[in-house]
Amino acid sequence: MRKLWRQLSWFLPLLACTTAAQAHIQAGEGGGFLSGLKHPVSGLDHIVAMVSVGLWGAQLGKPAIWLLPVTFPMVMAIGGFLGLIGVPLPGVEIGIALAAILLGAMVLFEARLPLAVAAVLVAIFAIFHGYAHGAELPPGENGLLYSLGFVMATGLLHGCGILIGLIHRWPWGQRALRVTGAGVLATGGVFLWHSLT
Amino acid sequence: MALAHLRSKLRFGGLAGAGLLLLISRPATAHLLSTGMGPVYDSIVHFLLSPEYVAPVVGLALLAGLRGPDHGRWALFAVTGAWLVGAGLGSAPGSGIMASFVTAGTCLVLGVFIAADLRIPLMLTVILATAVGFLMGAMDAAAQGPALRMNGVLGICATVFVLMALATSLIVPLRILWLRIAVRVAGSWLAALGLLLVGWALRAR
Repeated sequence: MRKLWRQLSWFLPLLACTTAAQAHIQAGEGGGFLSGLKHPVSGLDHIVAMVSVGLWGAQLGKPAIWLLPVTFPMVMAIGGFLGLIGVPLPGVEIGIALAAILLGAMVLFEARLPLAVAAVLVAIFAIFHGYAHGAELPPGENGLLYSLGFVMATGLLHGCGILIGLIHRWPWGQRALRVTGAGVLATGGVFLWHSLT
Repeated sequence: MALAHLRSKLRFGGLAGAGLLLLISRPATAHLLSTGMGPVYDSIVHFLLSPEYVAPVVGLALLAGLRGPDHGRWALFAVTGAWLVGAGLGSAPGSGIMASFVTAGTCLVLGVFIAADLRIPLMLTVILATAVGFLMGAMDAAAQGPALRMNGVLGICATVFVLMALATSLIVPLRILWLRIAVRVAGSWLAALGLLLVGWALRAR
């Protein structure tokens, strides 16, 4: 079994390098998947928030390390759903900037909130991010493939955060994570400034 | 010497026989240049390139695999059998199915069950597998219409069976905690996908 997983792991980097197959029967659908995959990584505000969720989860340890990344995509999809059907949600950009500020602060101070509170906090941020994605979805894309790419990219960003957060086991790693949290907080501050002016 | 002569004769005879067979051969109906890939392989490729069918089947495999070998075995046969029945009924004229909502709802329900790691009873797994197989089979048959032949349905059912068996057999033996959590995370992605698909379907109306 372990051998099988090891063999499969060789294919993962290859999958990451693939481009849309032009010879497919359903030509054009690859564009939907790729644009969905690119959407969450096309904006720094989204990247810092997603990675911070993973970092904070890694700092909090079990079960938050996996509960937060499980919660985020599901609640983000609720936000995306609201954005898709056109339900108005005021202050989205401010909410996204505040998400970066608060998540950065959580990582900076290694805040050990109760699990339920942490999950609710992450869920609120996820709503704003999901809404922004849903409202910005380009018309004419293949909905299923776009959503698949979009959800996978979000999850993989969380995974990056968790992997980086594993350095928390070492003292130097804990300091490095806190510095990263400060960086996220500052980035969020810049986004808040831009959204208010 | 006599033996070498006999061998040479046999070789010549074999070549002549092969040449004769080539002369009387008929075009291979499975050949790419004559009929595409044929109904069986066309259907297999169609299924594998249709994420709206693959995603629920993989989701079902994840759910059944998490619950253990019994769930996996029952789900394997239930989904394949129900797909066959659904394809038979779905191709009948007048069967209208809201395809987008079916895919979305299926992904959403399966994804939530996987993400929450619900300890569902065996009967519920069988009911879910039957429902997924029936709905997907009927949906596919209705979408393809008269173009879908019995050979094609059998090709799809065989692919569903193999895909379910492979995916379930990868999940069932997982005992390491983080690997099971990775499956649950995949479930949350599936649920998110389902919810977004509902939004897409509503937006398109």
